[in-house]
Amino acid sequence: MSVMQTPGADGRFGQFGGQYVPETLVPACQELERAFTEAWDDALFREELNHLLKTYAGRPSILTECHNLGRELGIRLFLKREDLNHTGSHKINNVLGQALLAKRMGKKRIVAETGAGQHGVAAATAAALLGLECKVFMGAVDMERQELNVFRMRLLGAEVVAAESGSRTLKDAVNEAMRDWVATVESTHYCLGSVMGPHPYPYMVRQFHRVIGDEAREQCREVLGGDDPDVVVACVGGGSNAIGIFSGFVDTEARLIGVEPAGGAAVGRGVPGVVHGMKSYLMQDEDGQVQEAHSISAGLDYPGVGPEHSYLSEIGRAEYPSVTDAEVIDGFTLLARSEGIIPALECAHALAWIKRAAPEMQGQVVLMNLSGRGDKDVAQMMDVLGRK
Amino acid sequence: MHLETHLRAQRSAGRKLLVPYVTGGLLNWKEAIRAAAACGADAIEVGIPFSDPVMDGPVIQEASLRALKDGATPFGIIQEISTLDIDIPIAVMLYYNTVFRAGHERFVTSLVKNGVSGAIIPDLPLEEAGEWCRDADAAGVETIMLAAPTAPDSRLPLVVERARGFVYAVGLLGITGERDSLASTATVLAGRLKKITDKPVLIGVGVSNAEQAYEACKVADGVIQGASVVRRLMESGPDAVGEYIAEVRAAIDAH
Repeated sequence: MSVMQTPGADGRFGQFGGQYVPETLVPACQELERAFTEAWDDALFREELNHLLKTYAGRPSILTECHNLGRELGIRLFLKREDLNHTGSHKINNVLGQALLAKRMGKKRIVAETGAGQHGVAAATAAALLGLECKVFMGAVDMERQELNVFRMRLLGAEVVAAESGSRTLKDAVNEAMRDWVATVESTHYCLGSVMGPHPYPYMVRQFHRVIGDEAREQCREVLGGDDPDVVVACVGGGSNAIGIFSGFVDTEARLIGVEPAGGAAVGRGVPGVVHGMKSYLMQDEDGQVQEAHSISAGLDYPGVGPEHSYLSEIGRAEYPSVTDAEVIDGFTLLARSEGIIPALECAHALAWIKRAAPEMQGQVVLMNLSGRGDKDVAQMMDVLGRK
Repeated sequence: MHLETHLRAQRSAGRKLLVPYVTGGLLNWKEAIRAAAACGADAIEVGIPFSDPVMDGPVIQEASLRALKDGATPFGIIQEISTLDIDIPIAVMLYYNTVFRAGHERFVTSLVKNGVSGAIIPDLPLEEAGEWCRDADAAGVETIMLAAPTAPDSRLPLVVERARGFVYAVGLLGITGERDSLASTATVLAGRLKKITDKPVLIGVGVSNAEQAYEACKVADGVIQGASVVRRLMESGPDAVGEYIAEVRAAIDAH
């Protein structure tokens, strides 16, 4: 039996998950669960989604071996190239699924939250393609550091609204999206961007992203003569790209590593809590006030984590180390110079961990999910690294 | 004091019910509660500020933020409630993480010890409320359940059955805050609830002034006044809260 199960009606992964939403939203969550379950079992829906993934998003994404960096670190390093998907990250897998589902449910409008802007851009893209209205909430701080993605979303016809409350980052964008959804639930689908929030989102978003892990496992077996990698690594904010790649390897012998930012280490430093509709590890004070995360990467600047990651950590199936911003900057330039690939700052977290842990992994095969490309981060890194 | 018994007695005396909401820990919050009690409130809802209040609009968000900045804590507020010295029951409104973090037992013990009658937890719907309700029931703390306009007919009886104190009818699709007019969903929902329960049914969220309170009380047993009260407290202080509550009282007494 797989470690990753379909949760029951209570939406639990062990003690984590659930559906902690205002009463107004309960019928919508239940409707979504029914609609997703039906759609996922419907061959026509799956065919339509797979067709879009293939002809629009560019799947399957390729597997790239990093010969230079691998040699330098004493490991065999493979990248699952989600950065090559349309819109530049893995997020497109989920939004195409949810946008098709929204149409199937008769919804005319989607709302979304975004951190770095990758999910917002993907949501705006899917909305443009499928003729849905789209509103994206983004922390005011993030709008500043990810100006380019704000422009991209607007170019795609989405309305982008600044979240001005709290830390004015991803957590507050989620609050604003949920507030919008409470008021518009009859016409609107909340297109949540990670494996978090109330049931069925953590499960549904995982299913939409498991294509990453399923493809990668097959691709690895092909190049490794039927073997699986020793270690599978991904960065974790909410945790969607990590769940996606983990789902292909959770039932193998591979170590699963989810790398968190030191300033947003929900699994590493949090305790169980309830926010944004779910019970999961959460950075909070002794009164239960949610703490603000601090990370160089807007996409990981989140004090919580998807509930299935909390579960995988609790049962000891996956490990969740954290890396500092300085290590991340190092990882960012390392991949650019050694392999000619500029990674998203989020993915630079995974690289930073690989570099640090390489001495203990000599000769092993390491698979990393390169979940997004770094174009969006170049302007920010110009300030960090200097313009010379 | 038992909340439901008190509200039922007031209703039996022919009175419409008025429950103001005040954010605990906000500047002059206790004075505002005393003023509201003196001016005709039937019970008080004390908001426990939370960092991420997803059911609240700008006014209560701002109030929560100010209270937290001034160092308000859940247990600090609950202890101060015991010093209010008013003769109407008090319920706290809070988000579930506050309770979960503290532990149910420690939390209900503190409520009982400080004379708090009930609790409203807007992000703890029926499906998740089981354990909390069991612990609260055992300690004699009344858990007020919210009923929403989106609930199908099959769901409302379950909500009503689980509700203690009163049934909180959410007046509109949306978050707390003042609106220009009372949403039609408010009285429609109150009507649906009144048909299936004799527990007190109060409309909250989006009942924004005396006129709207009067309108709501045509169908409901009473109203909750949140953002309209908290805004006055932040803008003008506790006396303005007292005046406002007196005005709403007079309006609903016309029924």
